[in-house]
Amino acid sequence: MHIPDGFLDVQTSVIFTGLSAAGVAVALKGARSQLDEKTAPLAGLTAVFIFAVQMLNFPVAAGTSGHLIGGALAAILVGPWAATLALTIVLLMQAFLFADGGLTALGASTFNMSIVGVWIGYGAFLLVRKILPKKKASIPVAAAIGGFISVPMAAISFTLQYAMGATATYSTTTVLGAMVGTHILIGIGEGLITGLTVSAVIASRSDLVYGWKNNNQKLEIRNA
Amino acid sequence: MLNNRRFYIGGFVVSLFLAGVVSFYASSSPDGLEKVAEDIGFIETAKENTNADVALSDYGTKGVDNERASVGIAGVIGVIGTAVVAGVAFKLIARKPRTVKN
Repeated sequence: MHIPDGFLDVQTSVIFTGLSAAGVAVALKGARSQLDEKTAPLAGLTAVFIFAVQMLNFPVAAGTSGHLIGGALAAILVGPWAATLALTIVLLMQAFLFADGGLTALGASTFNMSIVGVWIGYGAFLLVRKILPKKKASIPVAAAIGGFISVPMAAISFTLQYAMGATATYSTTTVLGAMVGTHILIGIGEGLITGLTVSAVIASRSDLVYGWKNNNQKLEIRNA
Repeated sequence: MLNNRRFYIGGFVVSLFLAGVVSFYASSSPDGLEKVAEDIGFIETAKENTNADVALSDYGTKGVDNERASVGIAGVIGVIGTAVVAGVAFKLIARKPRTVKN
């Protein structure tokens, strides 16, 4: 869902660059208080893994592919603040090193994936986790659902940007329908990859998984 | 439970393998947004990326004709580059200033 240059007008690109910058600043503050020497390496590895898996487009329908966004996955592994930063680093690498996604659209793409994808995905994960039994086995299931929901939500976020300032004049309703329909399919892949990855990390190092730890430990002592 | 070393080396090697080897088998069909833009027609408003002539543009390595090697090298460079940038960034972010009591 990397937006190329030209889709959005200058005003919309500027607005979303500002919103994303603000979001990243908040995430930086949150990550600073949450990450420590033990969890910081996992945040780095999460960015690396998401970069790699984003290269793996899978077919979803005739002539259409999709790939992991990884917002929900990152949020569950390292917390939503560090996840926003990890996704933003991935998008920066892709735009500058690989010309994947336009540079003027980078703010809008960051908003859809690093902010909407991460926080909506994490919110959905928390809701599902609340309903499911408080067991380790519930975490990958909640993660999969969070991942699934995050993709059409990011697609809706793009449609909002399209409505605000597309350079084209096709109807927003048409774009909304097509974006949501396609991205529900891609979301199924996102959910599967998210669930499988979270279950693999839980099996090997559950002590590192943010979405499990902060469920498990009611009290956390932090030295500010 | 894996120890730290094994866990991080394992995760990094898996990432290298996915980006360096498996990426060759990825679907080359347009992604969701691109396909929607093509079907509806607003793909015509896309401009060429200002960055389009970088050496690794579109996950291919300039000057490497073998397709498997071209995408594989790009993937490996991307994984290492992301590891360096994210590794340094998160290390700095996580560093706690020494608390001074007054």
